[in-house]
Amino acid sequence: MKICVLVKEVPDAAVEKRIHPQTGRMDRGGERNLNPYDTHAIEAAMQVKEGGVVDVEEIVAVTMGPGTAVRALHKAVSLGADRSVHLSDDALAGSDVAATGYALAKVLERESPDLVLLGQQSDDGECYTIGAVVADHLRMPSLTQVIKIEVSPGSLRCERQAEYGYDTVDVALPAVISVGDAINEPRYPSLKAIMGAKKKPLDALAIADAGIEADRVGEAGSKVICGDFKAPPAKSGGTIIEDEDTADTVAQIVAWLDERKLLA
Amino acid sequence: MSDILVYALHYEGAFNKNSLGAISEAARLAAELGSQAHAVVIGDASDELAASLGGYGATKVFRAKDVPEGLAQPVIDVMAHVMADGGHGYALFGGGLLGFEIGAGLAARLNAGVTMEVTKVDVVDGRLTAERPIHGDSSISTSSYKDRGIVIGRLNAFEIAQPGGDVAELQDVSVELSPWSTRATMVTRGEARGAEVDIEGADFLVAGGRGLGKAEGFELCEALAAALGGAVAATRAVVDAGWYPYSTQIGQTGKTVAPKLYLAAGISGAIQHKVGMQASEHIVAINKDSNAPIFEYSDLGIVGDLNKILPKLTEAVKAKKA
Repeated sequence: MKICVLVKEVPDAAVEKRIHPQTGRMDRGGERNLNPYDTHAIEAAMQVKEGGVVDVEEIVAVTMGPGTAVRALHKAVSLGADRSVHLSDDALAGSDVAATGYALAKVLERESPDLVLLGQQSDDGECYTIGAVVADHLRMPSLTQVIKIEVSPGSLRCERQAEYGYDTVDVALPAVISVGDAINEPRYPSLKAIMGAKKKPLDALAIADAGIEADRVGEAGSKVICGDFKAPPAKSGGTIIEDEDTADTVAQIVAWLDERKLLA
Repeated sequence: MSDILVYALHYEGAFNKNSLGAISEAARLAAELGSQAHAVVIGDASDELAASLGGYGATKVFRAKDVPEGLAQPVIDVMAHVMADGGHGYALFGGGLLGFEIGAGLAARLNAGVTMEVTKVDVVDGRLTAERPIHGDSSISTSSYKDRGIVIGRLNAFEIAQPGGDVAELQDVSVELSPWSTRATMVTRGEARGAEVDIEGADFLVAGGRGLGKAEGFELCEALAAALGGAVAATRAVVDAGWYPYSTQIGQTGKTVAPKLYLAAGISGAIQHKVGMQASEHIVAINKDSNAPIFEYSDLGIVGDLNKILPKLTEAVKAKKA
């Protein structure tokens, strides 16, 4: 069995967010790292491999992004992936969700995995959706926000929370599964794994290598026209108390609540 | 080509509130576009239930009786079929989980543009334009579509219209499912997991998140809630972890609440949580991480250790109310 894990680099959450004063957009110049949600997908792949129910020959981390995205792949490999694939091409710049999903699906087709895993969302935008796009292109069954996976040969029993409570769903392989962050506690990479990550095979692909049609990606190939950015309605910031003396902090909270007649 | 198709999710004989919001919104937009709002209903829905969508502005309801409800991919097949036949230019979804999966898959199938987490839709020059807050709601991006557009709303983004007495035309459709759509099958649906608790009626809610550290941490929330005369709520992360019952969950696949006081303890405040409680009259947050997003939408924020603050706060509230 072969597992591909889709990963993405995102601005590091530990770095303070900056909005560019002129454009109002996020300043993306800062540190970038592996999307924290993706570490749960890699861990899920490792647990399938180590679970021993099925034989996992290989875990492959796959990403699409600029040159800096290699860092995210190195992190993914340090967490357990055996090798990685990096799709990078100027023609991909400005791809919307549908175009990105198409391009990733073409890369995955080359790998013909039995299972594609990804995180439930990315830290910086595309919410929940990329798995469903990829699955439709690959013609595979798909489920998102899965919090428990039981593996059998040829199929998975998955649990996830939907609108009316918890659903248990059987999914035949090959399949595309996005996992929720409650599925596991990702391990920390060992120093050896971090040091060795750069030596693991990394396939760098341009769009032609993956058979991606240039007119279906990038800004021209995207069906969403991005318009203006605007500022949300101004909200007056709340009061912040740094707790130094808890008795005093509590007195302030009680006074605040009492002023608003919440303790009557 | 500018008719709007809406997926109307139903369960145990009632439509999902977010679906009703989406139909109301589609009807409003269709009136502006000079087109119609239609709905798709999957599975076992009675004639009466399906046609009742007319009360929210749907002029036509397509029902796929033999298709199982509850999983996304069969619905993608049905909606793609209806849109290809009927020439619908847009699909609209209310907030929730299935709408995201269906909308995204439908975009792939129809080679359409898709925008998710949408909070507002307008008609500009005869076409739909969607607004979506990004980067922790610090900016709003607008999108329109070159061809077909798929708009997935954020939870509670669309207001439900006061239902009128109109009845929609009902048309049964028969759709052959894609082979891969039948490769996922529901074993059990809608398991509640844990006690049934009413949090929607409470004036005071003390909500706990992962910052409580362990399931027993909820005892601190329960003590404070009892002192305030309210109930205890939870985030998805801790419900998924089994610390607290599903019926107390706030947000995307949980409840939407608007109490007089919402006190969040150890909750970082992701968007999926925010959408379920942002209408609360007063929001107080206690979190040890001063960078937690919840402080951006709290009226009072306390940066500190909840294990120290909550017990003392409970005592102080009791003393004040005594």
